[in-house]
Amino acid sequence: MYEGLDLNTIWFVLVGVLLAGYAVLDGFDLGVGALHLFVKGDTNRRLMINSIGPVWDGNEVWLVTGGGAIFAAFPHVYATVFSAFYPAIMLILVGIIFRAVAIEFRSKGESVRWRQNWDIAFSISSILISLLFGIALGNIIQGIPVGADKEAYISFMSLINPYSLMLGVTTVALFMMHGSIYAAMKTEGELQDQIRTWINNTIIFFVICYITVTMYTLIYLEHMVVVFRQNPEYFLLALLNMLAIANIPREIYKKREHLAFLSSSFSILALLGLFALGMFPNFVPSTIDPEYSLTAFNSASSRKTLEVMFTMALIGIPFVLAYTISIYWVFRGKVKLNEMSY
Amino acid sequence: MDVELLSRIQFAFTIMFHYIYPPMSIGIGILLIFMEGMYLKTKNPMYHNMTRFWVKIFALTFAMGVATGIVMEFEFGTNWSTYSRFVGDVFGSALAAEGIFAFFLESGFLAILVFGWDKVGPKMHFFSTIMVALGAHLSAVWIVVANSWMQTPAGYKIVGEGLMARAEITDFWAMVFNPSSVERLSHTIGGAWITGAFLVISVSAYYIIKNKHLDMAKASFKIALLFLAMASFLQLFTGHSSAVQVGEYQPAKLAAFEGHYNTAPGDLYLAGWVFDDEEKVIGIKIPGMLSFLMYYDNAKPVKGLNEFDRKDRPPVNIVFQTYHLMVAIGMFFIAYSILALFLLWQGKLFSYKWFMQLSIFSVVLPHIANQVGWISAEVGRQPWIVYNLMRTSDGLSKVVSAENVLFSLILFTLIYILLFILFIFLLDKKIKVGPEHKNIETSTKQFIEA
Repeated sequence: MYEGLDLNTIWFVLVGVLLAGYAVLDGFDLGVGALHLFVKGDTNRRLMINSIGPVWDGNEVWLVTGGGAIFAAFPHVYATVFSAFYPAIMLILVGIIFRAVAIEFRSKGESVRWRQNWDIAFSISSILISLLFGIALGNIIQGIPVGADKEAYISFMSLINPYSLMLGVTTVALFMMHGSIYAAMKTEGELQDQIRTWINNTIIFFVICYITVTMYTLIYLEHMVVVFRQNPEYFLLALLNMLAIANIPREIYKKREHLAFLSSSFSILALLGLFALGMFPNFVPSTIDPEYSLTAFNSASSRKTLEVMFTMALIGIPFVLAYTISIYWVFRGKVKLNEMSY
Repeated sequence: MDVELLSRIQFAFTIMFHYIYPPMSIGIGILLIFMEGMYLKTKNPMYHNMTRFWVKIFALTFAMGVATGIVMEFEFGTNWSTYSRFVGDVFGSALAAEGIFAFFLESGFLAILVFGWDKVGPKMHFFSTIMVALGAHLSAVWIVVANSWMQTPAGYKIVGEGLMARAEITDFWAMVFNPSSVERLSHTIGGAWITGAFLVISVSAYYIIKNKHLDMAKASFKIALLFLAMASFLQLFTGHSSAVQVGEYQPAKLAAFEGHYNTAPGDLYLAGWVFDDEEKVIGIKIPGMLSFLMYYDNAKPVKGLNEFDRKDRPPVNIVFQTYHLMVAIGMFFIAYSILALFLLWQGKLFSYKWFMQLSIFSVVLPHIANQVGWISAEVGRQPWIVYNLMRTSDGLSKVVSAENVLFSLILFTLIYILLFILFIFLLDKKIKVGPEHKNIETSTKQFIEA
């Protein structure tokens, strides 16, 4: 089946698409969570949570499916990364658990303390998840000590290094920017005015982080830059990314939040695109010997499995897009509270 | 404690905690179809309130299922990475299928089910209810397929040798329809239906005793009862065919179910205790009944545990006890259903306080049956993680230390205890508040005030 198709590369791209879908979609609801404590008053906080209410759970499915796709298509990547990052993954899971129940439980109690505690849980877990995913990404970009047996021994403390922390903070900043734009799009009146003033701050925060990370990468992480030197046309994507970011304040000024949101979504896709271009065909570069790096070719499942999975993707993706688009269409417009709301 | 024991405890604990919630979602999910269907058919607002009330309970159990479910997907990689490398080619595709075919469907339509009452028409809402139930069932399909492949692997070949050996798919559909998939799936779904039905029965019985929301409680009780009766009898057949299939493909597990050591005509124990060192069971038994159930011939020998090396046998007593407890609870469901249907026929279903009390407290039984049934299936597979292919002790992550696992196990234990207390507290609260929903004026008023 699918003769002549390079399914390893296709699956590298498809895994990227799933994780990019997660970053764009869950990115804004994590960002809303990160900003949650800045919003004052119970009704305003409810509006924040309910702006993501019907969609956050579906957004998280992109991560679940992305995880499943890596497990199936690149079992070695899944096994090496998840076991090497054990403590970080456990903390991400704690974040995901607390976040889900905070959203569900908060509205089920009336006392101020009950709600405040869940507000804190929701916000801290949102920040923690974003930070840890950024830290994980930072370590993967720098490479981890993958040996000949495809195993990598790393201590938790060595996961925390300047570059990975920088990427962690950048991810938080990116999602805050993305989330504030989404929240501005879904709210109205005073709350919207307040959120609109935050958007510029989050953009500045993100741009500072972004420039720092880019400089560091260009100077210290030679392997990420090679492909761009060989193919200067790839710089076009970096340029488009900068234009997209620059376009956000313009659209906000013109009160076209939905276009600002599209710009920041594009920006996230472009960032991940640049990352994927820099990495390909590596999933996890080895710091011991480049020969040991986990790639789309030496870590993949059999051709047969990649074929079966590709068929599944061809059948499944139209449905997934149809559900996603329908749900966002049904819940379009400003968020309103009613008795079924959180 | 070593990494293996800790990792096994952690996996068992996190999956058992997770598995409190999905059976409720699956069971309530399908009952919601009946409830909302009745509303569309009769236009009786009572059914509308009933549906809305159970949607709220559904949303709560679903959130718990989601929160605890992601843990499971990640744990294969974090704690069982050698296993993941070995089976990723086969097992991974079932998990990916669960994501793409079940979770997207379920989470998408869940939004409409819970938040979309005013956003879409009644028919579209009903359609969403059906899709959510379908999604919940499909996720059960894929995860049970994946687990059944670990019990009775099929449609694969082993490539490479020693540490680099791994299973690769040769026939996808043979993997999906491996010898135990259908039996185990139907038995699992049946268990989930009973769990959902008893939750509805229990809450309704509570209202009847408290003399609250009587119309809704009685109607819900009857819907759930008919469903329970059907599912309980169905379990008799799916349970029987599961056991026959286990006998054929995993004879050591079947022998452990009944503490059957020597290859000879098999007896069926009603209850007993296994003395594994002396290789005997003391209890009440029906001679030859195991052989009869397996082969419809009470003299035909059943393979005993002595055919297997000690290191290839599961721990017998745990499997024996959990299996018998599951069967006993299953028998109770049938007895309960017959009694309830008899009372219904007599027009006295709601007349006896003791029967209502029995109905309230029976809510925990399906959960116990689900858990112990699962234990007997999984412990019965030991010492294998993939039956006859890979030992559980060989599936561990090589780079994860015992301290790491101990740390995460303590973390999960604390969090899950907290979550469970809060879940019960909130469920109890929702039940006490009941189905009366605030009218639109009050919620608008709140909105303006706040």
